[in-house]
Amino acid sequence: MFSFLSRSLVEKLITLFFISIISFSVVMLAPGNPSEIDPMNPKFTKEDIQRLRQAFDLDKPLHIQYYLFYKKLFTNELRSYKDNQPVFSKIVERFLNSLPLFLVGTLLTWCLAFPLGIQAALRRQSFFDQSTTFFSYLFISLPSFFLAYVLIIFIVKVFNVPVIGLQTFGRESSGWWYLANDRIWHLVLPSVLGALGGIAILSRYVRSQMLEVIEQDYVRTALAKGLPEDTVYYKHALRNALLPFVTMFGLILPGMIGGSVIIESIFSWPGMGRLGYDAILARDYPVILSLNFIAACLVLLGTFVSDILYVVVDPRISLTGGKS
Amino acid sequence: MINDELANISPPVHEDSDLIPQITGIQNIWRQLRNNPLALWGMVLLMVFFVLAVAGLVLTRGQNPIMDPEKVRLVDTLKPPLTRANTDVLAPDDRPVFGIYLLGTDKLGRDVLARMLEGAHVSLLVGFISVGIAVFLGIILGAVAGYYGNYADSVIMRAVDIMLCFPSFFLILTVVALLPASIWNIMIVIGLTSWPGIARFVRAEFLALRRQDFVVAAEALGLSKMKIMFVHMVPNAIAPVLVTATIDVASAILTESSLSFLGFGVPPPAASWGNILADGKEFIFDAPWLFIASGMAILITVLAFNLFGEGLREAMNPKLRER
Repeated sequence: MFSFLSRSLVEKLITLFFISIISFSVVMLAPGNPSEIDPMNPKFTKEDIQRLRQAFDLDKPLHIQYYLFYKKLFTNELRSYKDNQPVFSKIVERFLNSLPLFLVGTLLTWCLAFPLGIQAALRRQSFFDQSTTFFSYLFISLPSFFLAYVLIIFIVKVFNVPVIGLQTFGRESSGWWYLANDRIWHLVLPSVLGALGGIAILSRYVRSQMLEVIEQDYVRTALAKGLPEDTVYYKHALRNALLPFVTMFGLILPGMIGGSVIIESIFSWPGMGRLGYDAILARDYPVILSLNFIAACLVLLGTFVSDILYVVVDPRISLTGGKS
Repeated sequence: MINDELANISPPVHEDSDLIPQITGIQNIWRQLRNNPLALWGMVLLMVFFVLAVAGLVLTRGQNPIMDPEKVRLVDTLKPPLTRANTDVLAPDDRPVFGIYLLGTDKLGRDVLARMLEGAHVSLLVGFISVGIAVFLGIILGAVAGYYGNYADSVIMRAVDIMLCFPSFFLILTVVALLPASIWNIMIVIGLTSWPGIARFVRAEFLALRRQDFVVAAEALGLSKMKIMFVHMVPNAIAPVLVTATIDVASAILTESSLSFLGFGVPPPAASWGNILADGKEFIFDAPWLFIASGMAILITVLAFNLFGEGLREAMNPKLRER
């Protein structure tokens, strides 16, 4: 077990190293320069630009920039080009804002996708199965920004509640009941929108997994010997159908950054996706690269955790054999 | 006597055409598809979409197009669908076809129908070229990894792992935003970020094909490795790739529209459904037809690609067939 963990950890660190090189070179070699973000501004003299370039190490050769960048990242000295704030505290603040959105969205996805997928598989070819199939394709194909606008108009017109932003601006002094209600209303729409696509995709996976398992011999045997259907399906079959989803559980973490850019921009939700989008607009390289790095770390952490979980839940896999 | 019977039983040599399977692969797939109403609908919608895209190419391109998507008419801004053009002011050349705006006009008085038609082939182009790049890279890298194994395999698969670690939409957004705005950049970036899935498929197929008799025979005959890989093995591994590619086209169209929506898509004055929708969001109360026409067009096209792709996947995979 220990040798597997350490080998996997080393492999992941090597991967991370390559990712850091690739993302650094993609961002740094792109045409344009952060010190030229406002070339028409007459207050920007040549000396100013030189001073800025020096302050952010932009005048050094690329490989030294790379070294200095990641050294600063790990020693927490990295500062944003845009406002000279420490990058790390910025990201932590935005992370805490994204967290409720992410948690509610993930909870909704996992709580709805599994019952839907299992029912669709058990009642194959029924009206229920066909309609969930159709609706999941519909939600996979629906551009989330299109749906977002339609739903915003619907909710604002019908329920007459504000939904944009973290909370209603200027009502901070109202009673706690109002504030709590307000926060929940603001949370519901973006998290539901974020979850819909996930529910659609995940329920398809669950359905096909479940279909595969209920055709196995042991399920037929269990049914033939007269066990109640519920016991067979929910106790014997479901356990085995759920196995592959352990790996997916590790892969939902990185969705916090990539998946939320559009939804957070529409709802002006001050989260990580929004931070990334603003950083891209302002060519704020330290923030872009840090977000990319954190996302890659989250993916690797996720795969690491799911590797371990796999061993815990599936007795057929053992790590002592040396094969991972 | 026994010999006589045997002679009767043994089949005539030159009439064994009965034994050849009557149904070819494509016919078999078509049989499966025919029983899948959702996939059939997807196919019909796709055909309609192709016709529209070709019509868009013919009608909106050239020096003097029949429907000019870039013609600005400031007297006719934000007109609802089916409005007659303002014939008192507009010169005959500036008027839309039949003098009527079938889908209304946008904030600059451009004909939305013409822009939607132009957008149809732009979306199609983005989808097909970016997926073409991904399929090309995926097949080559997957084939090399699966065929040569060992060293090549571990290097390429590590590259796949690295690619899968990037948050793809965020990466695409970063690169597209940093590079100069151009439709070709978008296609290339989407293509370069979506090959790993295809490479994995091809590699898995190649690992299975590698030990089959026809490959061993080809090697024994001394064919070059290139010829074995790309002439003999790739055609046998292509089916699952085509299915994935169909679905990838859908997601590429969706990605392009998301980029346009964030302001990094196909640069103006060219129209894509994404930037019609992004323009329309400012006028969602005053001119909802802009938003609805482009949004529904994206939805229906992506849905059609997804339904058809999944239908193909089911038809080609005997394990998933409905009994």
